[in-house]
Amino acid sequence: MSKSSSKKVEKSIEELTYEEALAELEEIVSALEGEQNRLEEAIQLFERGQALAARCGVLLEAAELKVKQVAGDEIIPFEELSE
Amino acid sequence: MQPTLFSTQQWTVSKLTFYIRKLLEENEILQDVWVQGEISNLSRPASGHIYFTLKDPSAALKCVMWKTSAARLGIALQDGMEVEVHGRIGVYEVSGQYQLYADQIRPVGEGALYQEFMRLKAMLEAEGLFAPERKRPIPMFPQTIGIVTSATGAALRDMLNTLRRRLPLVQVILAPAPVQGTEAPPALVKAIQSLNLQSPDVILLARGGGSIEDLWAFNDERVVRAVAASGVPVICGVGHETDFTLCDFAADLRAPTPTAAAELSTQITMLDLRAVVQNYKTRILTATLNLLAEQKTELSSLVSQLRYVSPDRRVQSESQRVDELARRAHSSLFHHLQLQSAHVQGMERRLEALNPLAVLRRGYAVLTRKEDGSVVARVAQASDEMNVRVSDGEFEVRKK
Repeated sequence: MSKSSSKKVEKSIEELTYEEALAELEEIVSALEGEQNRLEEAIQLFERGQALAARCGVLLEAAELKVKQVAGDEIIPFEELSE
Repeated sequence: MQPTLFSTQQWTVSKLTFYIRKLLEENEILQDVWVQGEISNLSRPASGHIYFTLKDPSAALKCVMWKTSAARLGIALQDGMEVEVHGRIGVYEVSGQYQLYADQIRPVGEGALYQEFMRLKAMLEAEGLFAPERKRPIPMFPQTIGIVTSATGAALRDMLNTLRRRLPLVQVILAPAPVQGTEAPPALVKAIQSLNLQSPDVILLARGGGSIEDLWAFNDERVVRAVAASGVPVICGVGHETDFTLCDFAADLRAPTPTAAAELSTQITMLDLRAVVQNYKTRILTATLNLLAEQKTELSSLVSQLRYVSPDRRVQSESQRVDELARRAHSSLFHHLQLQSAHVQGMERRLEALNPLAVLRRGYAVLTRKEDGSVVARVAQASDEMNVRVSDGEFEVRKK
């Protein structure tokens, strides 16, 4: 029951990428919806889920397109020409 | 052209002109022609229509291109330019002139390009490079998007703007390459290959609109083969909606324009992601509230079970038992008392029978001496003053 949640709790939410946060949020949703959780555990899942959702929201709001370019065998930042 | 032998028929100019027009316009060949010649008397008035004369050393052909076709023209026309014009022959009745109503104009030589295009297309098609089963799905939610296009073109700006608007979470890796000229095909091939080393989720191969010659690099066999060989799915967005290149056929997905290619590579947008997160938020809330409600129900059922087995209940039942015992005790005591009382009454009755006073009721009396209370049983015992006790009381008597 706690296999999915307890294992990952170590990683702090602020360090998660959008994909990681969303994937874990998805797991928590199905854990909460699907399994019989102990109340205390369910509340913990719920709180982590809330935090993950908030993290996703923050990342979405702050997202900025990162553009790099291939130069030979390297990847270097790409400076867009202004109009 | 001698359309009639009816010498008696009288024609008006209008009727004759209309008749000629019909003759020309019913001719299938004249309705779909490519004509080669040199442009002269080019005129482009404010109306937006284009008028010119197409000529060769021995003939001239009036041409008109309407505004709608002129707007799609990929090249800038000039007097003296050698071109191929497509259109239909019609008659302008007002001046009695036949002319070519043009809908496409291309520089001379494109006809040959077209032949080459068809030859290559047939060959690569026969090799199976364009087969539908080769097409790979485009990932729904890419994290990295590779772009092959000119670093300075409008196409790149359009694509970056589109990606920024739709899904700024993605990382873009640009492999810049010239998109026209003889250096373009090898550069495009190299760009596609270098991007493959970075393994993005999808590659956009793009170029803005231009003439068929401008787009020719995307019909180059080397480039087409590089697209087909790409390990990463390719979306090709070259030119405008109406332009088809061989890269379009080899790509996993064809987009009508560079912007459309950027759109097709981001099928999930920020709006969708926000909705997904919101949906998850609602679901964990609902699930938790449901769980709490269940726990509450369970709790209240436990509470009522607990109440059933509670000491309180036992105390009640004990006290009932005590009451019961008390009642039983009381009733047995009462019974006992009743027995006792019956016994006492019996004793009393027996006692009564022995009571000497009982004799008095039959008229006997007890005589006692007044001074010492002793019973006078014999005459000698009599004194002067004596008490007489009868059944209901006493009185005094005097001896005479």
